[in-house]
Amino acid sequence: MRRVVGLILWLVLVAFLVTVVLLIHPFGYPPSDMDDYIIENAQEETGNNNVVASVVFDYRGLDTLGEATILFTAVTGVLLLLRAEKRKEENS
Amino acid sequence: MLSKIVRTVANQLILFVLVFGLYVIAHGHLTPGGGFQGGAVIVSGVVMLMVAFSSQDLKKSLRERLLTIMESTGALIFAALAFAGLGTVFFYNFLVGTPIFGRIPPTGSNPGDFWTGGVIPLMNLAVGLKVVAGLSAVVLALALFARGEEIEE
Repeated sequence: MRRVVGLILWLVLVAFLVTVVLLIHPFGYPPSDMDDYIIENAQEETGNNNVVASVVFDYRGLDTLGEATILFTAVTGVLLLLRAEKRKEENS
Repeated sequence: MLSKIVRTVANQLILFVLVFGLYVIAHGHLTPGGGFQGGAVIVSGVVMLMVAFSSQDLKKSLRERLLTIMESTGALIFAALAFAGLGTVFFYNFLVGTPIFGRIPPTGSNPGDFWTGGVIPLMNLAVGLKVVAGLSAVVLALALFARGEEIEE
Protein backbone atom coordinates (compact mmCIF):
# COMPACT_ATOMS: atom_id res chain seq x y z
CA MET A 1 0.00 0.00 0.00
CA ARG A 2 2.73 2.45 0.98
CA ARG A 3 4.69 1.59 -2.12
CA VAL A 4 1.67 2.26 -4.34
CA VAL A 5 1.05 5.63 -2.68
CA GLY A 6 4.73 6.49 -2.98
CA LEU A 7 4.77 5.53 -6.64
CA ILE A 8 1.73 7.70 -7.35
CA LEU A 9 3.23 10.68 -5.53
CA TRP A 10 6.49 10.19 -7.40
CA LEU A 11 4.66 10.12 -10.74
CA VAL A 12 2.76 13.31 -9.81
CA LEU A 13 6.03 15.01 -8.90
CA VAL A 14 7.71 13.93 -12.15
CA ALA A 15 4.70 15.08 -14.18
CA PHE A 16 4.75 18.44 -12.38
CA LEU A 17 8.45 18.99 -13.00
CA VAL A 18 8.25 17.97 -16.68
CA THR A 19 5.24 20.25 -17.21
CA VAL A 20 7.04 23.18 -15.61
CA VAL A 21 10.11 22.62 -17.75
CA LEU A 22 7.96 22.47 -20.91
CA LEU A 23 6.03 25.61 -19.93
CA ILE A 24 9.13 27.73 -19.31
CA HIS A 25 9.34 30.72 -21.62
CA PRO A 26 11.88 30.57 -24.48
CA PHE A 27 15.44 31.58 -23.77
CA GLY A 28 16.37 35.12 -24.82
CA TYR A 29 12.85 36.58 -24.74
CA PRO A 30 12.35 38.32 -21.39
CA PRO A 31 8.79 38.00 -20.11
CA SER A 32 8.67 41.60 -18.88
CA ASP A 33 10.00 45.07 -19.67
CA MET A 34 11.47 45.46 -16.17
CA ASP A 35 15.10 45.20 -17.27
CA ASP A 36 14.71 47.74 -20.06
CA TYR A 37 12.96 50.10 -17.66
CA ILE A 38 15.75 49.83 -15.08
CA ILE A 39 18.53 50.27 -17.65
CA GLU A 40 16.89 53.37 -19.10
CA ASN A 41 15.69 55.09 -15.91
CA ALA A 42 18.03 54.01 -13.12
CA GLN A 43 20.50 56.87 -13.56
CA GLU A 44 17.78 59.50 -13.59
CA GLU A 45 15.71 58.05 -10.74
CA THR A 46 18.42 57.03 -8.29
CA GLY A 47 21.36 59.14 -9.48
CA ASN A 48 23.62 56.09 -9.68
CA ASN A 49 26.09 55.40 -12.45
CA ASN A 50 26.34 51.84 -11.15
CA VAL A 51 23.00 50.37 -12.13
CA VAL A 52 23.72 47.16 -10.22
CA ALA A 53 24.07 49.17 -7.00
CA SER A 54 20.81 50.96 -7.71
CA VAL A 55 19.05 47.61 -8.14
CA VAL A 56 20.62 46.09 -5.04
CA PHE A 57 20.05 49.03 -2.70
CA ASP A 58 17.02 50.77 -4.18
CA TYR A 59 14.74 48.76 -6.48
CA ARG A 60 15.32 45.48 -4.61
CA GLY A 61 16.34 46.95 -1.26
CA LEU A 62 14.17 44.54 0.71
CA ASP A 63 16.27 41.62 -0.55
CA THR A 64 19.41 43.35 0.66
CA LEU A 65 17.80 43.87 4.05
CA GLY A 66 17.16 40.13 4.25
CA GLU A 67 20.74 39.44 3.19
CA ALA A 68 22.03 41.73 5.93
CA THR A 69 19.77 39.98 8.43
CA ILE A 70 21.19 36.61 7.39
CA LEU A 71 24.73 37.89 7.94
CA PHE A 72 23.76 39.34 11.32
CA THR A 73 22.16 36.06 12.40
CA ALA A 74 25.18 34.05 11.25
CA VAL A 75 27.61 36.24 13.19
CA THR A 76 25.42 36.11 16.29
CA GLY A 77 25.20 32.34 16.08
CA VAL A 78 28.94 31.86 15.62
CA LEU A 79 29.79 34.17 18.51
CA LEU A 80 27.22 32.44 20.73
CA LEU A 81 28.30 28.90 19.89
CA LEU A 82 32.08 29.27 19.86
CA ARG A 83 32.54 30.19 23.49
CA ALA A 84 35.06 28.32 25.58
CA GLU A 85 33.85 25.94 28.24
CA LYS A 86 34.97 27.88 31.27
CA ARG A 87 32.26 30.54 31.14
CA LYS A 88 29.60 27.84 31.22
CA GLU A 89 31.12 26.29 34.31
CA GLU A 90 31.30 29.63 36.10
CA ASN A 91 27.61 30.26 35.59
CA SER A 92 26.33 26.84 36.61
CA MET B 1 53.62 33.25 13.93
CA LEU B 2 55.51 33.23 10.65
CA SER B 3 59.03 34.47 9.87
CA LYS B 4 60.15 38.05 10.21
CA ILE B 5 60.10 38.60 6.41
CA VAL B 6 56.43 37.63 6.17
CA ARG B 7 55.52 39.76 9.19
CA THR B 8 57.26 42.85 7.78
CA VAL B 9 55.66 42.46 4.35
CA ALA B 10 52.22 41.97 5.90
CA ASN B 11 52.77 45.04 8.05
CA GLN B 12 53.46 47.18 4.98
CA LEU B 13 50.79 45.57 2.80
CA ILE B 14 47.87 45.98 5.20
CA LEU B 15 47.79 49.74 4.53
CA PHE B 16 47.21 49.22 0.79
CA VAL B 17 44.59 46.54 1.45
CA LEU B 18 42.70 48.89 3.78
CA VAL B 19 42.88 51.80 1.29
CA PHE B 20 41.65 49.59 -1.56
CA GLY B 21 38.80 48.23 0.54
CA LEU B 22 37.73 51.72 1.59
CA TYR B 23 37.88 52.82 -2.05
CA VAL B 24 35.65 49.95 -3.15
CA ILE B 25 33.15 50.75 -0.37
CA ALA B 26 33.10 54.51 -0.91
CA HIS B 27 32.79 54.32 -4.71
CA GLY B 28 30.15 51.60 -4.70
CA HIS B 29 27.71 53.86 -6.54
CA LEU B 30 30.19 54.65 -9.35
CA THR B 31 32.33 51.58 -10.00
CA PRO B 32 31.80 47.83 -9.62
CA GLY B 33 31.80 46.80 -5.98
CA GLY B 34 30.04 48.11 -2.94
CA GLY B 35 29.62 47.48 0.74
CA PHE B 36 29.75 43.69 0.73
CA GLN B 37 32.69 43.43 -1.67
CA GLY B 38 34.80 46.16 -0.09
CA GLY B 39 34.13 44.75 3.36
CA ALA B 40 35.31 41.35 2.16
CA VAL B 41 38.51 42.99 0.83
CA ILE B 42 39.23 44.55 4.24
CA VAL B 43 38.48 41.27 6.02
CA SER B 44 40.96 39.53 3.71
CA GLY B 45 43.54 41.99 5.05
CA VAL B 46 42.58 41.03 8.60
CA VAL B 47 42.98 37.36 7.68
CA MET B 48 46.42 38.16 6.25
CA LEU B 49 47.40 39.70 9.59
CA MET B 50 46.01 36.64 11.37
CA VAL B 51 48.16 34.34 9.23
CA ALA B 52 51.33 36.43 9.47
CA PHE B 53 51.06 37.11 13.19
CA SER B 54 48.87 34.93 15.38
CA SER B 55 45.24 35.09 16.35
CA GLN B 56 46.31 35.53 19.98
CA ASP B 57 47.99 38.83 19.04
CA LEU B 58 44.92 40.05 17.19
CA LYS B 59 42.42 39.22 19.90
CA LYS B 60 43.91 41.93 22.12
CA SER B 61 42.96 44.67 19.64
CA LEU B 62 39.85 43.14 18.03
CA ARG B 63 37.57 42.88 21.05
CA GLU B 64 34.14 41.30 20.88
CA ARG B 65 32.51 44.43 22.31
CA LEU B 66 34.01 46.72 19.62
CA LEU B 67 33.06 44.37 16.77
CA THR B 68 29.54 43.90 18.10
CA ILE B 69 29.01 47.65 18.41
CA MET B 70 30.34 48.21 14.87
CA GLU B 71 28.11 45.55 13.37
CA SER B 72 24.99 46.70 15.21
CA THR B 73 25.67 50.32 14.21
CA GLY B 74 25.94 49.34 10.55
CA ALA B 75 22.72 47.33 10.67
CA LEU B 76 20.87 50.14 12.48
CA ILE B 77 22.04 52.81 10.00
CA PHE B 78 20.98 50.58 7.09
CA ALA B 79 17.53 49.92 8.53
CA ALA B 80 17.12 53.57 9.55
CA LEU B 81 17.92 54.76 6.02
CA ALA B 82 15.40 52.27 4.69
CA PHE B 83 12.72 53.48 7.11
CA ALA B 84 13.56 57.16 6.43
CA GLY B 85 12.10 56.82 2.94
CA LEU B 86 8.84 55.51 4.36
CA GLY B 87 7.13 58.82 3.51
CA THR B 88 6.84 57.46 -0.03
CA VAL B 89 7.66 53.76 0.10
CA PHE B 90 10.03 51.53 2.04
CA PHE B 91 13.60 51.95 0.65
CA TYR B 92 12.65 55.15 -1.21
CA ASN B 93 15.73 57.08 -2.33
CA PHE B 94 14.75 60.34 -0.64
CA LEU B 95 18.14 62.08 -0.99
CA VAL B 96 18.03 62.42 -4.80
CA GLY B 97 17.80 66.14 -5.63
CA THR B 98 19.05 67.34 -2.23
CA PRO B 99 22.54 68.84 -1.63
CA ILE B 100 23.75 65.66 0.13
CA PHE B 101 24.69 63.06 -2.51
CA GLY B 102 21.81 64.43 -4.55
CA ARG B 103 23.26 65.34 -7.96
CA ILE B 104 21.75 63.50 -10.91
CA PRO B 105 24.20 62.28 -13.58
CA PRO B 106 23.33 62.47 -17.29
CA THR B 107 21.85 59.28 -18.72
CA GLY B 108 24.38 57.12 -20.55
CA SER B 109 28.14 56.97 -20.22
CA ASN B 110 29.65 59.77 -18.14
CA PRO B 111 32.83 60.21 -16.09
CA GLY B 112 30.95 60.02 -12.80
CA ASP B 113 30.46 62.44 -9.93
CA PHE B 114 31.06 61.39 -6.33
CA TRP B 115 28.12 63.43 -4.96
CA THR B 116 25.47 61.35 -6.70
CA GLY B 117 23.44 58.36 -5.68
CA GLY B 118 21.18 59.58 -2.87
CA VAL B 119 21.10 57.15 0.06
CA ILE B 120 23.06 54.46 -1.76
CA PRO B 121 26.60 55.66 -0.80
CA LEU B 122 25.46 55.91 2.83
CA MET B 123 23.94 52.43 2.66
CA ASN B 124 27.20 51.14 1.16
CA LEU B 125 29.12 52.62 4.09
CA ALA B 126 26.71 51.06 6.60
CA VAL B 127 26.83 47.64 4.93
CA GLY B 128 30.63 47.89 4.67
CA LEU B 129 30.95 48.59 8.40
CA LYS B 130 28.65 45.66 9.12
CA VAL B 131 30.48 43.21 6.87
CA VAL B 132 33.93 44.22 8.17
CA ALA B 133 32.92 43.80 11.81
CA GLY B 134 30.83 40.67 11.29
CA LEU B 135 33.23 38.69 9.13
CA SER B 136 36.24 39.70 11.27
CA ALA B 137 34.42 38.47 14.36
CA VAL B 138 33.48 35.17 12.67
CA VAL B 139 36.98 34.49 11.34
CA LEU B 140 38.65 35.44 14.61
CA ALA B 141 36.23 33.35 16.69
CA LEU B 142 36.76 30.32 14.42
CA ALA B 143 40.55 30.68 14.49
CA LEU B 144 40.60 31.04 18.27
CA PHE B 145 38.16 28.16 18.75
CA ALA B 146 40.50 25.85 16.82
CA ARG B 147 43.11 26.54 19.55
CA GLY B 148 40.64 26.06 22.40
CA GLU B 149 40.38 29.75 23.23
CA GLU B 150 37.64 32.31 22.83
CA ILE B 151 37.31 35.86 21.57
CA GLU B 152 37.91 38.43 24.32
CA GLU B 153 35.09 40.61 25.51
